[in-house]
Amino acid sequence: MSCVIERVNFCEVYALLTDYAFVAFFIIFGLFFVAAALVGAWFIRPQRPSRVKGEIYECGETTRGTSWVRYNVRFYIIALAFVIFDVEAALLFPWAVAAKKLGLYAFVEIAIFVGILLVALAYAWRKGALKWA
Amino acid sequence: MKRLLEILGDWWAGLVGSAGLPSWVTVLGEMVFAAILIGAFIAVLVLFLIWLTRKVSAHIQLRFGPMRVGWHGAVQTVADAFKLLQKEDTTPRVCDRPVFNVAPFLAFAPTVVAFVVIPFGDGVIVRDLNIGVLFLFAITTINVIAIISGGWASGSKYSLLGGFRSAAQLVSYEVPLVLSALGVIMLAGSMKMGAIVEAQSRVWFVAYQPLAFAVYVIAATAEVNRTPFDIPEAEQELVAGYNVEYSGMKFAMFFLAEFANMFLVSAIAATLFLGGWRGPWLPGELWFLIKSFAIVLLLMFFRWTYPRLRVDQLMSFAWKFLLPLAFVNLLATGLIIALG
Repeated sequence: MSCVIERVNFCEVYALLTDYAFVAFFIIFGLFFVAAALVGAWFIRPQRPSRVKGEIYECGETTRGTSWVRYNVRFYIIALAFVIFDVEAALLFPWAVAAKKLGLYAFVEIAIFVGILLVALAYAWRKGALKWA
Repeated sequence: MKRLLEILGDWWAGLVGSAGLPSWVTVLGEMVFAAILIGAFIAVLVLFLIWLTRKVSAHIQLRFGPMRVGWHGAVQTVADAFKLLQKEDTTPRVCDRPVFNVAPFLAFAPTVVAFVVIPFGDGVIVRDLNIGVLFLFAITTINVIAIISGGWASGSKYSLLGGFRSAAQLVSYEVPLVLSALGVIMLAGSMKMGAIVEAQSRVWFVAYQPLAFAVYVIAATAEVNRTPFDIPEAEQELVAGYNVEYSGMKFAMFFLAEFANMFLVSAIAATLFLGGWRGPWLPGELWFLIKSFAIVLLLMFFRWTYPRLRVDQLMSFAWKFLLPLAFVNLLATGLIIALG
């Protein structure tokens, strides 16, 4: 049986699909593993909830108010910076794989791309976005 | 090991073929086999790692650690696991119940999936995905969602603080971590784990990429919340951080994921920088375990050597030192490769 039909290598396609079938199966297996542990414990463990047990733990203090409050904005800024740089890293991966073949021209382009983001980092640094206090 | 797997695979394919079943049954059987093997490996691994952690920290502090259950407390963790199994699973009244219950799943499932691309030996890998390294980083990042949803849904101030800090720390160190791996990918010219190990047949990449290795180990220590980067569960101020409200098996799942992740980052370091399963005389699987556990021990020694950093120090270290360093390494490596 020939793999290549109309320039599409179906053996490769099949191998690729099998790869991700394994990934999908492992996701299901991981979830099943947790579920099995929780259900298994459910058969063995005692189940006597009480008012005191339902309280949240704050070192013996009586809880006051909710903990779902507005939170400090600096976490938001960190998350924003993360999104920018992680997307950048994801975009660098294809270049990294082919770096040997692409040579100097691609390197200069990547250097410009990284340079722009480094300027952004310097700007954020200067503006105090990375300062915690 | 490779030979054994091949024999098993042939036998199974022959069995399915002679029974007249379609070929996808073969693949399904392989999946189940691989999943059970990995599941058993993780379970044994975590039991051993917890015991090792306790023993190492005890001996560093001139204590004995667990001694009673089995030889030098060898089956102490098994006893602990049975104890956890019998513990009541309390849920705080004010918690966000669906999110609270989903968080342990999110914590553990990605860890299992990440083991798909870990090369234990020559050909001993579940599936050598062509985007291996990228896949690893993508799947292990899901852990952040588990931590922040667990911390937020508990409805406790400690867990909320722990969850937020943890998320901020994990995302901050994620960037240098990913960037440090790029140098290795450039040298190997592939993201496949198998190809990266192959490319190190003569010289380990740590020789070409010492800076990247240093950045990786530091960032990885932060990724698995080990001291000096254990702000999220700073025992003295936050009790236990994001998982303070979890008990019983749900807590065990967070714990399991944490220790499995500790091995995972060490295994990745061994594969990317220390030549993976390659080594003389001993079988590859053994080399892989030796190298991985060397990094695990390094992380443990860190814990008992350095004091904990403050949150602001932690953040500025990631963004103002580690990230520029990772970029310098990336551009230097790129330039050298581009010039020939």
